Amino acid sequence: MTSTLANILFFGLAYGMILYMTSVGLSITMGLMGFVNLAHGVFAMLGGYATVTLMNSLAVPFLPALLAACILVTGLGFALERLLYRRLYGAAELDQVLFSMALIFISVAIARIFWGPLAQPIVLPHYLQGHFELAGATIPTYRLFLLIFGGAIAAALWFGFDRTLFGARVRAAVENHEMAEAVGINTDRLFALTFGLGTGLAALGGGLGAEILAISPGYPLQYIIFFLIVVAVGGLGSIKGPLYAALIIGLADTATKYLMPEVGMIFVFAFVFLLLRWRPQGIVSRRKG
Amino acid sequence: MGRTATIWLEPLPWLLALATYALAPQYAPLMTQIFVMILFAMSLDLLVGYTGIVTLGHAAQFGTGAYVAGILAARGWITDPTLTAVLAMLAAGTVGLLFGSLMLRTKGLAFLMLSVASGMLLYEIANKATGITGGDDGLQGVVFSPLLGLWEFDFRGTTAFFYSLLMLFLTFIFLRRVVNSPFGWSLRGIRENDLRMAAIGCQNYRRRLIAYTLASALAGLAGAVQAQCTGFVALNSLSFELSGGVLIMLILGGSGRLYGAMFGVPIYMIAQDYLAKNDPTNWFLWQGIILLILVLFARGGVLSLAERGFQACWRKVAR
Repeated sequence: MTSTLANILFFGLAYGMILYMTSVGLSITMGLMGFVNLAHGVFAMLGGYATVTLMNSLAVPFLPALLAACILVTGLGFALERLLYRRLYGAAELDQVLFSMALIFISVAIARIFWGPLAQPIVLPHYLQGHFELAGATIPTYRLFLLIFGGAIAAALWFGFDRTLFGARVRAAVENHEMAEAVGINTDRLFALTFGLGTGLAALGGGLGAEILAISPGYPLQYIIFFLIVVAVGGLGSIKGPLYAALIIGLADTATKYLMPEVGMIFVFAFVFLLLRWRPQGIVSRRKG
Repeated sequence: MGRTATIWLEPLPWLLALATYALAPQYAPLMTQIFVMILFAMSLDLLVGYTGIVTLGHAAQFGTGAYVAGILAARGWITDPTLTAVLAMLAAGTVGLLFGSLMLRTKGLAFLMLSVASGMLLYEIANKATGITGGDDGLQGVVFSPLLGLWEFDFRGTTAFFYSLLMLFLTFIFLRRVVNSPFGWSLRGIRENDLRMAAIGCQNYRRRLIAYTLASALAGLAGAVQAQCTGFVALNSLSFELSGGVLIMLILGGSGRLYGAMFGVPIYMIAQDYLAKNDPTNWFLWQGIILLILVLFARGGVLSLAERGFQACWRKVAR
C-alpha cells in the first residue's frame, strides 16, 4: 500500500511538473495578450521531436540535446509571433481559435511527413534510468529528476516574475495593458519576448517529458485538453496558479489510473467542471473580470 | 440587392438537392451525410454565429442524440424513427442544459476548455461503458422500424435521403423563425456587446443558456438522424475532431447567416472526399491551409466572399 502511495506521489508529481512546464507559457501569453493559443502544444511537440532526433540521429547527449531543442523552438516561436500571431492580437476570439487550429493541423501533417505516424522512442541516459532505495522506499530516478528540475524552473520563473524589472513589466502589462504602455513599457517587445520564453519552456517540457507524454504527430491534439485545463484552472497570467493546477491534475490523473482505471479521465473532467463552476477565474488570477 | 431578389433564390438549394437525387440517385447516401452535417452545422450557427458562443464541444450533444436513438433501437425498446428522434432531442437538450449551466458563467479560454472537456467527458463515458455503447467498436446492427410505418430504411438510401432532407428543412424553417424573432435579435445583441445588453435589462446568462439548450437539442436531432440513416453509431460521433470539423465547415461557408452551413458543409465534405482519398495526412495539411487562408484573408467564409464579389459587380453595372 505504501509503495502504491509513493508511486502515485512520484509519478503524479513528475507528470504534473511536465504539464506545468508545457503550459505555463500559455498562461502568461494568454494573460498578457488575451490570445487563445490552442496551438501551444505544437511547440512542446516540436521540442520533443528536436530532442529525440538530436539524440537518436546525431548522438547528442540528453541534456545538450534538450538545450539545443529549447533554443531552436524558442527561435521558431519568436519568428511565428512576429510573422503570424501578432496579426491577430485583438482579433475576435473565433479567429484566434481557428488560426491556432490551423497551426495544429499543419504541424500534425508536417510531423507525420517527417517523422512518420509512430511515437518516437526516447532512450534516457544511463544516470536517469532505473530507481534507487532511500530509507526503505524505492524512488524512480527519472521522476525524481523531473521533480527537482521542474521545481527549479518554477523557482526561477517565480524569481523572474516577482523579483525582476522584466517581471514587473510583464505583471503591469497583464494587469492593465494601456496603462503599462502609457508609462513607457514597450509592450510589443514584451509580447515577443514572453512568447519566445513560453514556447521555449513548452519545448523543454516536451523534450523532458518525452517518456511520459509520448512524442507522436497527434501530440498537440491529444494533450490539448491537459494544457487548457492547467491554464484555465490555474488562472490566467499567473505563475503560481498553473503550478498548483498542474500538480493537482497530475496527481488526480495518476491516482485514478492506479486506483480506479475503469473511471479513466471521467473523474478529472468532472472535478474540473465543478471547480470552475465554483471559481470561474481559476485558483489564482491576476486578471479581473 | 433587395429583399424581393433574394426571395426567388430561397427555394434554390432545396430544388438543387432534389435535382441531384433525380439525376444521380447513386449519390443518395453521400447526400444524406451532407444533410445531417448541414443540420448539425446549422445548430452550431445559432451559437457561434448568432450568440457569439465559440464552442469546441458541440459533438457532445450530437453524439448523445446518436447514442440515445441507437441504444433505444438496438435494445429493441423503441424503434420508431420519429419517436426516437424526439427522445434523442430531449436527451441532447437536457445534456446541453446541464453542460451549459456549468459552462456559460465562464468566458474565453476557460469556456473553450470546458467545451472541449464536455465532449471528452462523454467520449470517455461512451468508451468505458462498453456494455451499453459497444465502446470502441461502436453500436452495430441498429435497425429502426419503417418511417411512419410506411417507408423502410432501404439499402439504396431513398428513405434516408428524403427523411434527412425533410428534417433539415424543418430545422431550417424553425431556426429562421428563431433568429428573426425578438429573442434571436437579443442573441445578436449579446454577441455584439453583452455589457450593453445587460445594461438595458437583458438576462444574458438565461438567454445564452436557452440558445445553448436549443442548439444542443438540434445537434441531438442531427445525431439521431445519422444513427437512423446509417444504422450505426461510432465513438467518433462524440469526438473532438467532429466538434472541430463542424466548426470549420460552418466558418468555411460563413457563420451568422444559416445559409453558411448549406455551402460550407458540401464544399468541405467534397474536398475531404477528394483530398483525403489517397492519404489522410494530406487532408490535415489542406485543412490547416484552408483555415489559415480563411482567417487571414477571407473572413466571413465563402458566402461573404461571394457577397462582396456580387456587390462589386452590382456597383459596376449600376454605374
